[in-house]
Amino acid sequence: MMNVLISGVGGQGTILASRVLGKYALLSGNDCKISEIHGMSQRGGSVTTHLRIGKKVYSPVVWEGSADMIIAFETLEAARVKHYLKEDGILLVNEEKILPMPCITGAAVYPDDVKEKLTAEVKGAKFIKAKEIAMQAGSEKATNIVMLGSICKLYGFDKAIMEEAVIACVPAKFKDLNVNAFRMGYESV
Amino acid sequence: MQKKELMLTNQAIARGAWEAGVRVLSAYPGTPSTEIAENFVKLDGVYAEWAPNEKVAVEVAVGAAVAGARAMACMKHVGVNVAADPLFTVAYTGVGGGLVIVVADDPGMHSSQNEQDSRYYARSSHIPMLEPSNAQEAKEFTKLAFAWSEQFDTPVFLRETTRVAHSHGVVELLDREERPLKAYEKNAQKYVMMPANAIKRHVIVEEREKAIAKYVETCGVNFAEYTSEKEMGIVCSGVVYEYVKEALPQANVFKVGSVYPLPVESIRAFSKKVARLVVIEELEPYIEDTLKAQGIACEGKNLFSIQGELSVAKLLQVFENKQIPVPAQVPVRPPVMCAGCPHRGVFYVLNKLKLTVNGDIGCYTLGAVAPLSAVDTCVCMGASVGMAHGFKKATEGKSNNVAVIGDSTFLHSGVTGLINAVYNQSGITLIILDNSTTGMTGHQQHPATGKTLDGNPAPVVLLDELCKACGVKHLQIVDAYDVVAVEKAVKEATANPEVSVIIAQRPCALLDKKLKKPAVKVTDCKNCGKCMKLGCPAISKGEKGIVIDTAQCVGCEVCVQVCPFGCIKKEGE
Repeated sequence: MMNVLISGVGGQGTILASRVLGKYALLSGNDCKISEIHGMSQRGGSVTTHLRIGKKVYSPVVWEGSADMIIAFETLEAARVKHYLKEDGILLVNEEKILPMPCITGAAVYPDDVKEKLTAEVKGAKFIKAKEIAMQAGSEKATNIVMLGSICKLYGFDKAIMEEAVIACVPAKFKDLNVNAFRMGYESV
Repeated sequence: MQKKELMLTNQAIARGAWEAGVRVLSAYPGTPSTEIAENFVKLDGVYAEWAPNEKVAVEVAVGAAVAGARAMACMKHVGVNVAADPLFTVAYTGVGGGLVIVVADDPGMHSSQNEQDSRYYARSSHIPMLEPSNAQEAKEFTKLAFAWSEQFDTPVFLRETTRVAHSHGVVELLDREERPLKAYEKNAQKYVMMPANAIKRHVIVEEREKAIAKYVETCGVNFAEYTSEKEMGIVCSGVVYEYVKEALPQANVFKVGSVYPLPVESIRAFSKKVARLVVIEELEPYIEDTLKAQGIACEGKNLFSIQGELSVAKLLQVFENKQIPVPAQVPVRPPVMCAGCPHRGVFYVLNKLKLTVNGDIGCYTLGAVAPLSAVDTCVCMGASVGMAHGFKKATEGKSNNVAVIGDSTFLHSGVTGLINAVYNQSGITLIILDNSTTGMTGHQQHPATGKTLDGNPAPVVLLDELCKACGVKHLQIVDAYDVVAVEKAVKEATANPEVSVIIAQRPCALLDKKLKKPAVKVTDCKNCGKCMKLGCPAISKGEKGIVIDTAQCVGCEVCVQVCPFGCIKKEGE
C-alpha cells in the first residue's frame, strides 16, 4: 500500500498531479482511490489531495502518520500537513512562499524558519525550486509535472510508466513541454 | 475485458444513471453534488438541466417520472430542505418511470452552513434510501435505486457524503440499458393528492414500506462479514465502512447499504454472534437510535462525536488507543475572495458606511472574513432578503441594514423575499452582486446567464426587469468595480424609504478573460494601510510600502480608487 498526500494552495495544479498518479496506479495494475475537497476550500485556501495505491484500497483518505510521501507545492503547506508523514517518509517541497490572508493583513506572521524546521525534523525532506525549473521547461504551469518528476526519482516509481501517465493526463499540444518538465524534475534531485 | 476507469464518485453516479437509461436529470449546483449533473449532460441521449432551485429540480424529475421516463434530481443536503415539499407527497403518489433523488451530505462542513443528516428525511418522508461506500458501488446503487423505484412504485434516495462524492475509485463501465418511455396513463387517484385520494395513498405508503423493510433483509444490499474473532461487531455504512475495513481488519462488520429502511432483523442476528456491538456513523446517532428502539443493545455516540468527519485515525484512537500525530501550529490559510473579485469593492463600501449587512450563500459569504468584515448574517439560500425585511420591521424601519445576494441565489429563492418586502413595504435595500455565474460551486449557468447546462444559448431572465415586475420602483445598475458609483448608489438607496435594488454588475474575475493583466503600479507608498483593508490576495506589505503581485492582479483597479494619495496607478499613467 502506498499513501500519498499532495498539498498546496487552491489553484496550484495539485489536482492534475493526483490525476497523473492515479493514472500511474492503473497503468501499473493497481487499485487506487483519491480524495479531494472542492468548493469553498478552493478559493485560495489550503488544499490537500489524498491518494492511495495498492492491490485493494478501502479508505480514500490517508491518515495521520501514515503517508509514504508528501508532495507539497508550498513551504507553509508542507509544515501544515507534515504530521501525516510516517517516520521514514519522503517530504518533497516546492520552495515557494505564498502569503495566507492573515499574514497579508498582519494578523499572523509567515514563519521564516519553516524550511530549517522541516529539514531538522524530517530526515527525508527535499526542497526544490520547481517553479523555476518549470519556467526553464517552458511554463510555470508545469510546476506540478516538475514535482512529479522529482518524486518519481526520490521514491523510485517506474519512470517509463510515470512518463506515460503524464502524457495521458496533459493536453496533447503541451506534451513536449510537460515531458521536458518531468525529465528536468527527475534530474533535479 | 470490461472497461475500467478511475472516476469521481459523482461522475460514477452520472454514469450509473446513464447506464440505467435515465432520460431526464434536473439539479441545482451545491457542493458536494454539483459534478453529477455536469458529467451526466456529457453523455449521449439524455436531457439534463440546471433548475433555479432544488424544489423545481425535484418537481421536474417527478413530472418526467410520471410521464414515464427514468428521472433524477440531485442536490446537497440543505437542498433537500428546499425540495422537501414535493418529496413528502411524491412519496404518496409513487412514480411512473423510476425516480431517484441524490442527496450529498457534508460532514465536517467543508463547504456548507450546517451538518444536517439527510437520513432522517428518508424516515420521515417514507422514501427508501441507499448509501454507497465508494465510486463503483455508487454506480451500482444508482442502478439499483431505479430498479427499486419501479419495483415498489416509490421515489428512492441515494445518499452520499463529501468523502464519497469527492473521491475517485476504479469503476467498471457497462452499456446503457435502453428504457423506452412508459405510456402515461391518467390516474387521478394516484397522482392528484387531495385529501380523498391522499388518504387512500397513505395506506399504500405504509404497506409499501413494510414490503421494502422485509425485502432489505434478504436482497443482498446489506451484508455481514465475519472474521475468526467473536468479540467485536461493527455496524456501519458509506465511507465509514472503508475506514473500518482499514483500521479494524479483525472486526466482524455489518455493512448497511439501505440506511432506510434498515435491515433490523439481519443486524439483530449479527448482534447475537458478537460480544460487543458498536455502530460507527458520522453525524447523528441515526442507526444507533433505530437499533436501540428495536431492543438491540449497542454502543455508538458514547465513543464518537456527532460533529465532523470520522477517519481511520479516529477509529485507531478509540479502539487501539493509538496516538494521532497532531498538526504543527502554523498560520491558517482560509479561503479568500480572489484577486479582482467584483464583490470586494462593494463590501469595502458597506464596511466604510458601517451598514449592517444581511448576507447570503455564495462566494460573497467571504465578505464576513477580515479585513473586510462586512457581513453580519448568513443563514441559508435567499435568507438575506427576508432577514433584511425582518430587521426593518423589528426596528420600525430604523435599522441601518442592507441585504446582499448573488445573482444565482437571488433566482434560487431571493426573489420571493423581494416580493414580500415590496408587498409588506419594509423599504429594504437589496444589493444583487451579479457576477453572471454560480461562482462558489465552480461556475455553473443559471437562468440569467444566457446559457443552459450543456452550454447552449438560452433566453436570459433580466434581473432588472424581474425586480421591476416585483414592484421595485428604485433600481440602480452600477459597475461593481466603480467604488465611487457603488458608494453613491448605496447612499441613495438606503436613504430611500421604499424598497430599493442595486444591481452591481461584473463577471466573476475567474471568468472574465478580457482583463487578465496587471494594470497597477505603486509609487511612493505612504503605508496608510487603506488598500490593505480590501483583503486582496495580490496586495501585501513590502519593506517600502505595499507590493502588488502582478501574477495575481487582474487589473480591477479597486485599489487605485481606494488609495487616498494616488500612489497606486493604472499601468501607463
